[in-house]
Amino acid sequence: MKTFMKMFKTAFIFCIVMMIICSFVYPMALTGVSQTAMKAKANGSLIDKNGNLTTDKEEAVGSELLGQDFTEDYFFKGRVSSVNYNTYTQEQLKQGEYSGVSSGSFNYGNSNPDLEARIQEDLDEFLASHPGVSAEDVPADLLTASGSGLDPHISPKAAQIQIPAVAEHSGLSEEEVSQIVEDNTEHKVLGVFGEDRVNVLKCNLAIAEAMGML
Amino acid sequence: MLQIVLTLAIFVILVIPIGRYMYHIATNQKTFADAVFNPIDKFVYKVCGIKGEDMSWKRYAMSLLMANGVMVLVGYLILRLQGLLFLNPNGIGGMEESLSFNTIISFMTNTNLQHYSGESGLSYASQMCVIIFMMFTSAASGYAACMAFCRGLAGKKLGNFYSDMVRITTRILIPGAFIIGLILVSQGTPQTLESNLTVQTIEGKYQDIAMGPVAALESIKHLGTNGGGFFGANSTTPFENPTVISNIVEMISMMILPGACVVTFGLMLHDKKKEKAAKKNRISGPVIGRQGAVVFGAMAIIFLIGLTICFNAEKAGNPVIADMGINQDMGSMEGKEVRFGIDQSSLFTTVTTSFTTGTVNNMHDTLTPLGGMVPMLHMMLNCVFGGKGVGLMNMIMYVILAVFICGLMVGRTPEYLNKKIEGKEMKLVAIVILIHPLLILGFSALAVSTQAGLAGVTNPEFHGLSQVLYEYASSAANNGSGFEGLADNSMFWNITTGLAMFFGRYIAIVAQLAIAGSMLKKKPVNESVGTLRTDNVTFMIILVFIVYIFAALTFFPALALGPIAEHLSLWM
Repeated sequence: MKTFMKMFKTAFIFCIVMMIICSFVYPMALTGVSQTAMKAKANGSLIDKNGNLTTDKEEAVGSELLGQDFTEDYFFKGRVSSVNYNTYTQEQLKQGEYSGVSSGSFNYGNSNPDLEARIQEDLDEFLASHPGVSAEDVPADLLTASGSGLDPHISPKAAQIQIPAVAEHSGLSEEEVSQIVEDNTEHKVLGVFGEDRVNVLKCNLAIAEAMGML
Repeated sequence: MLQIVLTLAIFVILVIPIGRYMYHIATNQKTFADAVFNPIDKFVYKVCGIKGEDMSWKRYAMSLLMANGVMVLVGYLILRLQGLLFLNPNGIGGMEESLSFNTIISFMTNTNLQHYSGESGLSYASQMCVIIFMMFTSAASGYAACMAFCRGLAGKKLGNFYSDMVRITTRILIPGAFIIGLILVSQGTPQTLESNLTVQTIEGKYQDIAMGPVAALESIKHLGTNGGGFFGANSTTPFENPTVISNIVEMISMMILPGACVVTFGLMLHDKKKEKAAKKNRISGPVIGRQGAVVFGAMAIIFLIGLTICFNAEKAGNPVIADMGINQDMGSMEGKEVRFGIDQSSLFTTVTTSFTTGTVNNMHDTLTPLGGMVPMLHMMLNCVFGGKGVGLMNMIMYVILAVFICGLMVGRTPEYLNKKIEGKEMKLVAIVILIHPLLILGFSALAVSTQAGLAGVTNPEFHGLSQVLYEYASSAANNGSGFEGLADNSMFWNITTGLAMFFGRYIAIVAQLAIAGSMLKKKPVNESVGTLRTDNVTFMIILVFIVYIFAALTFFPALALGPIAEHLSLWM
């Protein structure tokens, strides 16, 4: 019993010391350095309406790392999100349709009939609102759900097939819209790592600016 | 394809120097950083009253269990009381009992299975004092046990549990986590103590943005092969894993220490030989040591086979979606992120389950059937590099088994590292190898035969069984990833997975320490012509086959009913 108490005492003091080092000293040091050296990035890479990084929460219209839900037909649409990008209107909040901040996917297995039904419905709707586009033109990322529900990107092909519809509804020319897409395309790192991708929020900020909305 | 090869090349280049550094720490040799760390360690030893005396295997195991037990107790209290404690800007309430039980076991056993969602379930104080704290200590515990095990096999004293813990934490984990944390912040991972915020979008809607000290958790989560995310969707969320660079950094950091363990092991065995060789006057500088190289090679072969299957399955896409006419050139993108694509996603999936971290950068429930079978299989094997330290120990179990079977075939007493393998060791090896399938298959059977278990299953038919198998494989292997569709926050799932994690971790560790203790006591035997060599390519191939044969015999029937049947139903 005496040895047990002695072992318990050592274990307990050890636990407290480790907690001080690992749970306070380490994260506080990291917070300090990050907040001093990389303030904008350490606070969520918020961007203002011109698409520039900002640390001012009042001016922020989103984060360049997070997608948003867009419903207007003159904006590009992002990927399918199971959490609707944590985006909501005041009505939805009042009616309890928005249940708080979260992340994730629908988690449908490949063979799940619900997956097939969801994609088929979205496909029909997309083809109806984008005349001239056929199912074979639709790349896989556009109608599949992202893993996080917050994916800020679509593939360049998924942006391309939306250009005619966006141009028509926004009143901008297809060239202008193409240029906007190109300006907001991020490329593979060193030409090898990752994938080419288009930042939907930044595209839509540029479109809103070109339309004189902001 | 090229990016996969290059990423793995970076790993191989880094693993050797890190392995050497860890070897120096494990054997108490001088390193360049002693001037900084010696005073810190001395201070901690003094406060805790750690004298650093050598322990027997029983004492070592007892100390490990006691230290872990106390941490579980303290952590459980914090989770239950988090609503009343400090650092809770988002006003989150205390955690329910069975969920707290599951969560605390999960993090103490290095599993990090999460039945809660970080955004809404934990205060910042809990994220730091429970989650981050246990990410350090559980990783250090596993690694300490492994170092003691290696010392035992190499014929050295087992060492002192507490001084191992301190040295590992201060000299490897904290500096590593700090540097990786800074890299992640530079890519866009937040590190702040301010509350979540709401912005107004250009369409006049509102968006909630979850924040917190994410980078601090994210770096140790990978470095310690922990895997529990700050947010519900883990490393798929852009804040946890913003770019392809952060993705590669996270992968390398979860591979590096389990890989380096093998190098350390190789070097430890080598230096005993080197003493002999030095007498004969032919010294060569070892890179990893032949015994280590064989183990590393066998792990690498199994890893690459799994990766190839997973990559090709994901690249082939989903035939159901192809039938709708949608282009499948990009592969199966459901549940994946555009910035990672199939290459970085399938690599991450294979890495996280081979090195049993359990972090995910895509949703494993939505993987193609065969793409999802690979992570499941690697958790069932639990020795393809494996989690911090324990993967190596599990592989050594298979090594001893291989030596034993080969010994029986040629009719000689089996030997490993010049020590006879006898009944006692084989019984312990059998316990370690059998407990794993027993937990996975036993609990799966229980789940599919009870209402409470079936209530969690959310996908129909074969995939439903895969969800159950995956959950218990992940628990028993202390991995922590999941087929996240499973509605697993219920009394049944919290308790059963909690038990699977607990037994999966501690029975194996205690039995393995006992093997090391028993091997250490044996007198070495001299090598003869008839000795089965365990340091050549032939043995490496035998080892790979032994691992596959045992896994196939045990798990194939279950896999055939789950992922394989689903694959056939989709493609035939």
